[in-house]
Amino acid sequence: MRKNKMWDALQFEFMRNALLAGLLVSIICGILGTLVVVNRIVFISGGIAHAAYGGIGLAFYLRLPPPVGAALFAFVVSMVMGIASVKSKHRADTIIGVMWAVGMALGIILIELTPGYNVDLMSYLFGSILSVPQIDLWYMLTLDIVVLLIVFLFYKEFIAMSYDEEFSFVVGIPVRALYFVLLAMISLSVIMIIRVVGLILVIALLTIPPYISEKYTTSLGKTMALSSLLGIIFTMVGLWFSYHYNLTSGATIIMVAGLAFFISLGVDALSHRFRIRHEA
Amino acid sequence: MKPYAIEIKSVSFSYEGAEVLKDVNLTLEQGEFLGIIGPNGGGKTTLLKLMLGLLKPDQGEILILGQPAHDARHRVGYVPQYIDFGRDFPISVMDVALMGRLSKSRIGKRYTEKDRDKVKEALKKVGMGEYSHRLIGTLSGGQRQRVFIARALVTDPEILFLDEPTASVDTEFQTDLYDFLKELNKDATIVVITHDIGVVSSYMKSLACVNKHFIFHEGGKITQEMLDMAYQCPVDLIAHGLPHRVLPTHEEE
Repeated sequence: MRKNKMWDALQFEFMRNALLAGLLVSIICGILGTLVVVNRIVFISGGIAHAAYGGIGLAFYLRLPPPVGAALFAFVVSMVMGIASVKSKHRADTIIGVMWAVGMALGIILIELTPGYNVDLMSYLFGSILSVPQIDLWYMLTLDIVVLLIVFLFYKEFIAMSYDEEFSFVVGIPVRALYFVLLAMISLSVIMIIRVVGLILVIALLTIPPYISEKYTTSLGKTMALSSLLGIIFTMVGLWFSYHYNLTSGATIIMVAGLAFFISLGVDALSHRFRIRHEA
Repeated sequence: MKPYAIEIKSVSFSYEGAEVLKDVNLTLEQGEFLGIIGPNGGGKTTLLKLMLGLLKPDQGEILILGQPAHDARHRVGYVPQYIDFGRDFPISVMDVALMGRLSKSRIGKRYTEKDRDKVKEALKKVGMGEYSHRLIGTLSGGQRQRVFIARALVTDPEILFLDEPTASVDTEFQTDLYDFLKELNKDATIVVITHDIGVVSSYMKSLACVNKHFIFHEGGKITQEMLDMAYQCPVDLIAHGLPHRVLPTHEEE
């Protein structure tokens, strides 16, 4: 019966779109999330994701399509945050934190000021994977291809920059330019990740799969591949639970990812203890 | 005429208001083997980063092989002091050492078989040939340092900078390393920041001491002036140093 229910669900376009969105976003998260984790720019990525809400507000206020407005706004924010993190190293986290909060506040106020619109804040906070329009799927697919292409082309440079920035600079790699390219890719992707899990949970989908994957892989490329795969599993399983038990999809997906995260921590602790006992 | 390996002209550098280096001058011929000593916090690493173009001087000018430091950086090799980073980074020894084959002109291209052979050879040279497939995080500090030395070697440097290269390797490898650097010195200029001056002074053709100010001695001897300026230099080690006498005798004074 249950199988039938899930099968029935697949007959709906919204469900097929949801699965496709989960798949496409998981691939982006696997690739970019790995770079976010090894470059330790989780905070700045969170800042971009939250400040992007200002862009959503601005888009509604100016009656632009929300994804376009938000993407442009997030891009500008990411560049400003990038400059702050380069120019004022010691207070960069404060500056990012302020922009994080102000961006969100701006978004809320602009949406309130927009007449005639009744925007569901919750759908942006926790995502609405079940109502992803077709046009967003195309945007996601384009983004997947662009991100894959850029990371594939500059793969060894990204690795070097992430592993040892100073050495990379000395051998002549434009590390700063690469850093801003990475931030730009994050800012453009964040809008799509928000669609699936919401802006509060962006960080989880970016960081949990790579954190688990890097322990079981021997190169960054493999970490990216495994992270993408884990992301796909998390979104699919989360989606199933959310559909079956009628729970908020974004939160359910993250709970699945979080559960996997703690299981992996537990496995690590156990295997560590086992190794010690074994060697003793 | 060959340009100087390093030309530093009245360079000063402050970090957040505190003066780290003041009026540093140095002209170093190509083919030199320079040791830089000095107390901790004396500005050794800062000076190195200035020469590598990682930092810009507040005043003065630095020319590396006749070019501004920033433009010459691809012609130099560099072994960092702090090697205790990226322990969780999923990367093999081979891939770390391969980074030495990166360059501006080859951005976006794959590593070639030639690159890999060169790296394998360099890893063998530093005694890490068998570890090329190991994850870098599973190595000991000394082993990692060897990998970083191999990585610097495969850049085909005209000048090789090493910041405390023996800080975490065993004594046996220390001697190996300096023998090896001596061999390399036939083709390249070498600049080593070090504490263990007594052990290695026989390898160095010239010596400098930095403690905000900078004193250079072409003969590779430590002058009384150096000791006066930076008495925290390892005086004991130098006085008892076996390879040759680096302290001036009283007659010279």
